[in-house]
Amino acid sequence: MVGNMIGVLFDGIAYGSLLFLISVGLSVTMGMMNFINLAHGAFAMVGGYVCVTLLSRLGLPFLATLPLAFLAAAVIGLVLERVLYRRLYKASHLDQVLFSIGLTFMAVAGATWLFGPTQQPVNLPDWLRGQVHARFLGLGLDLGVYRLFLIGVVVLVTTALVLLIERTRFGAQIRASVDNQTAAAGLGINVSRVFSLTFALGSGLAGLGGGLGIDVLGLDPSFPVKYMVYFLLVVAVGGAGSIKGPLIAALILGVFDVAGKYYVPEVGAFVIYTLMVVLLILFPFGLVRRKA
Amino acid sequence: MSAPIDTKLATPANPANPAAAGAPAAVPILARLPNDRWKPLEIVFWLLPVAAWFLFPNHLVLVSQIMIVGLFALSLDLVLGYAGIVSLGHAAFFGLGAYTAGLLSVHGWGEPVSGLFAAALVAGLAGLVVSFLVVRGQDLARLMVTLGIGLMLFEAANKAAFITGGVDGLSGMAMQPLFGAFEFDLYGKTAFWYSLGVLFLLFVLLRRVVNSPFGLSLRGIREGGRRMPAIGANVDRRLKVAFTAGAAIAGVAGALLAQTTQFVGLDSLGFPRSAELLIMLVLGGTGRLYGALVGAAVFMVAQDFISGLDPAYWQFYIGLLLVLIVLFARGGILGGLEKLAQLVKPAARKEGA
Repeated sequence: MVGNMIGVLFDGIAYGSLLFLISVGLSVTMGMMNFINLAHGAFAMVGGYVCVTLLSRLGLPFLATLPLAFLAAAVIGLVLERVLYRRLYKASHLDQVLFSIGLTFMAVAGATWLFGPTQQPVNLPDWLRGQVHARFLGLGLDLGVYRLFLIGVVVLVTTALVLLIERTRFGAQIRASVDNQTAAAGLGINVSRVFSLTFALGSGLAGLGGGLGIDVLGLDPSFPVKYMVYFLLVVAVGGAGSIKGPLIAALILGVFDVAGKYYVPEVGAFVIYTLMVVLLILFPFGLVRRKA
Repeated sequence: MSAPIDTKLATPANPANPAAAGAPAAVPILARLPNDRWKPLEIVFWLLPVAAWFLFPNHLVLVSQIMIVGLFALSLDLVLGYAGIVSLGHAAFFGLGAYTAGLLSVHGWGEPVSGLFAAALVAGLAGLVVSFLVVRGQDLARLMVTLGIGLMLFEAANKAAFITGGVDGLSGMAMQPLFGAFEFDLYGKTAFWYSLGVLFLLFVLLRRVVNSPFGLSLRGIREGGRRMPAIGANVDRRLKVAFTAGAAIAGVAGALLAQTTQFVGLDSLGFPRSAELLIMLVLGGTGRLYGALVGAAVFMVAQDFISGLDPAYWQFYIGLLLVLIVLFARGGILGGLEKLAQLVKPAARKEGA
């Protein structure tokens, strides 16, 4: 029973860290540009399809496809930001929502056209399959290797991200632009370039998450719509514009979602939606409120 | 004919002009309300469905559906176009209304008009509850709450298959004749007049509401929510009323669809329906009432036409259309026509002078 609970907790954390990886870019862009981007899941989907295509058509090793998934999503994000998104930073939230729903629909139809409506299979390398047996507090546990790998990657990426934002010049520019665009621009920061690069970085991380997540989340053209709620949820609950907030929110959501599906499968996705409504009522501005 | 009067009245009709709120007290407030007279164009517009009855006798079902969805879009226009609440889960109330009417009829209460009232009551109550959550947050939280409620209801209807029929939908509805006299027929003749009647009645009501001081205060909240408390408006309460009314009307639309098609599918609650509804509304133009109807008509005719040619990629064109509207054609069809009219008008006035 206890081992069972720890197993669920472990799966939940793995799932939550994946959600965090995909959503963190959304959080930063939403906090920075105040842009409600419902199309964020489409970047994750791009990463997923890049991974699958490289794996099955070109036979690249799984690990090599991940950076390429990041790169592809980042480049697409950069182009879209430069060409389309930046026109709408000052627009109303309704316009942003409509625009990004439009993009999502186009991405879904495009993916159907290119890859067909079915689920994409992913062949993980042997060393990522199966389970490892671990002893923890005197309990024998079977942990999925791939989930361990996932958590490891997310810890690495998050550390790198925190270092980037806290310790580098570019990070300081990002923080300054999030806090006060006008003042940042007045200090000679090229805010529009910072926006573009941050958007590309966020899209890239989503792409990486999409590639990593094929085995956990599945991959089919309806991906951006199916998981849109989850990504938005992480940001809305965690609070836009930070890293800590979405991380906490993603882990909570991940654990509750997995636990809900495991212990009370008959109520299905109800657990997560109830949790979301409750959290939004308690914290209408997110768990971690950004200091402006 | 009455061009000078029109221009004078156009100023206060301009949504939430802050100057209007702080106008000198000497001006009687009533004179600043928008003109409530029916314009000739409006009368022509309402003759269109009647014309459709004679011109397209084989497409009555489609025309009825357009009117029902138009009513649904009207309800969103009140919530979004006037009160400025971005809702991604408006279909929840549509579906609630549809299931209420459907379940009543399946369990032996097949009287249509009372079914509509029941649907309005249920959807309105749900709207009232949700409205308390909606007024708490800003745009993002509102979006998430409405989206979440919609998804929750969808999930609930999906899981409660013993009541709702689940994925298979609710069938076996038996409707009694309308007013005890008009049987719902296979060609949709009764359904046509029934839908038109309900749509028109509710439209008149909504038209009255949005031109009332209450409607104007909603526009004020939409344009500048922080200033409205300063002139003594209870923002939260007005938003709650608007949201609840919007939910109730959406419920009526859902009930109409259920009663006229005698079937309720799970998709009536789904997110795609909420999203499509938003698209129709912005396609026609928000905050105008007629925009909702025009948008619904254009959207559904296009859907009927295009998805006949190329069903799989309908979604792509819809997405493209949305992006184009947002980037280049804010205000939708009616907004564009208004701009055109403004271009033409000064020229016409010069000729007249």
